[in-house]
Amino acid sequence: MTVSSEAAVPGSAGGARQQHVFEAQRAGMPNPRVYLEELWRRRQFVVEMARSTLKAQNYTTLFGQLWLVLNPLLTGFVYYLLVDILSGGKHAATYFPQLLAGLFLFNFLAGCMSQGAGSVIGSSRLIMNSSFPRLLLPITQIVIAFFRFLPSLLVFFVVHFVKHEHFTWASWLAVPAFVCVALFASGLSFICATAQVYFRDFANVLPYLTRIWLFLSPVLWQLETQLNRSGPKAELIAMNPLSPMLGMWGDALVEGKAGRPEWLLQGACWGIGTFLLGTVLFMWREREFSVRL
Amino acid sequence: MSSLSAFEVSREDLDLAAAGLEEPSDPGRWSVRVRGLHVTYRTPVDPRANTLRHRAMRMARASALRRGATAKDRGFREVLAVRGVDLDVEHGTVLGIIGANGAGKSTLMRAVAGILPPSQGRIEVNGRISTLLALGVGFNGNLSGRENVVLGGLAAGMTRRQIAERYEQIAAWADLGEFIDMPMKTYSSGMYGRLAFAVSTHMDPEVLLIDEALSAGDAKFKRKSYDKIGELVAQARTILLVSHAMGTLRELCSEVLWMHRGRAVALGDPEEVTAEYLRFQEVGEEPVVMEDV
Repeated sequence: MTVSSEAAVPGSAGGARQQHVFEAQRAGMPNPRVYLEELWRRRQFVVEMARSTLKAQNYTTLFGQLWLVLNPLLTGFVYYLLVDILSGGKHAATYFPQLLAGLFLFNFLAGCMSQGAGSVIGSSRLIMNSSFPRLLLPITQIVIAFFRFLPSLLVFFVVHFVKHEHFTWASWLAVPAFVCVALFASGLSFICATAQVYFRDFANVLPYLTRIWLFLSPVLWQLETQLNRSGPKAELIAMNPLSPMLGMWGDALVEGKAGRPEWLLQGACWGIGTFLLGTVLFMWREREFSVRL
Repeated sequence: MSSLSAFEVSREDLDLAAAGLEEPSDPGRWSVRVRGLHVTYRTPVDPRANTLRHRAMRMARASALRRGATAKDRGFREVLAVRGVDLDVEHGTVLGIIGANGAGKSTLMRAVAGILPPSQGRIEVNGRISTLLALGVGFNGNLSGRENVVLGGLAAGMTRRQIAERYEQIAAWADLGEFIDMPMKTYSSGMYGRLAFAVSTHMDPEVLLIDEALSAGDAKFKRKSYDKIGELVAQARTILLVSHAMGTLRELCSEVLWMHRGRAVALGDPEEVTAEYLRFQEVGEEPVVMEDV
């Protein structure tokens, strides 16, 4: 976007008047203070857009909004079946809740990425017709992904209580773990949105990348058991930025115990770093979006 | 110009200052000021240029050749949509813009709205901008007219209360009856146009940009929209109106700008400029002399 400023200018008719200045800029970064102010002013748009999109999505289906709960339940069941067959039916008693906890959080991340990738390209009409901070578009998709994640969390808690698991103080560590994932996912969402403008193949490759990433993450298996083994696979898993976050999340939520403290530190670094990188990349490139659609 | 101090001075600014074009701006008098505006689109020569495969092939070829590449060699064609337009619009003016298809009218409007970044030059707009561009409003055809109105207002940076205050007026003006609560995909193009016009004119605009939006309505709608435009002008609001209907322009405008191939050919009395334009269209000659204006 071009620079837009609003300043009180003494108007002839009395009262303050907005002033906008648009000029050619060498550097692509808009003034961050003005940009973030404009973004904050439109926060209600994000909520309203997310709410009405979700409402419109399942308008024509038989089960309607119930799909928000059915989808995660069915996904959990499919993966449970898969792992059950592969492992010959031998696994820990907490395996199903463990699987659901990881899977739902990973789906939130995957949703942020895939919806983020489509957010700018899919709103070409909006972009060509109105001027607003474009970061609003991927942010809306992240909020939608979060609204989809909430009912899946409900499914998890039902399964968890049916299995007579209990909560401890350490369970609260799931909250910072989630914040790390949310920041990480937001950063990735901004990066995906930008990438999709320049490489239209990106959305086709993305589902395969996320699927592979799922298998390399401690979702279908447990982090501790794999880390204790040695070899290149264990090293690859240790390098996966999601491993510490998901490890912390699963341990806290399902087992009610605190994971390794360095996991939280690693997760925070990855989360904040990716978030900043994604935000800067998107803001730096967004002026060009309207001429590239 | 204290309101501009927040910006870094760009190279164009210095050029303008050096050329003596930068006059002290008077926001009390001018609504829109455009100085040396150029807008350039970069479109891929090959429609597949935005794909990974294409990029990879190009990179391989480029490294094989190792030669200085022009824009075309890099797979892009530059479309010079607007080439050096200067324009001053006083408050309370209705400026009509005419020109053949591809003359740069819509691009100029989008640049003034802050949607397309100028590649050179500077645009100053004093007042709240509202747009009614060719592609219309509407975020989601599955949502009702009411929801789309709210979303449009929020995206424009209004608060929920400001929208609620205007909503009844908008609904009454658009006169859609029960359709206002039905999904927008059920609307006829005339109804769509009516709602879009109602929204953009009731958002309390100080500068209203209308791009070929009056053509879809019936005779009653046309009459009503002329009246509404007259009402806004009486309040010293500024309107930029792109249209191919010479009759409309002669009736509504105080000035008409004729654009040809990205340049301003003539600006002045509506009767004279439209007559000149019509003569030119019939003759169909290249205005070699006029191109230098």
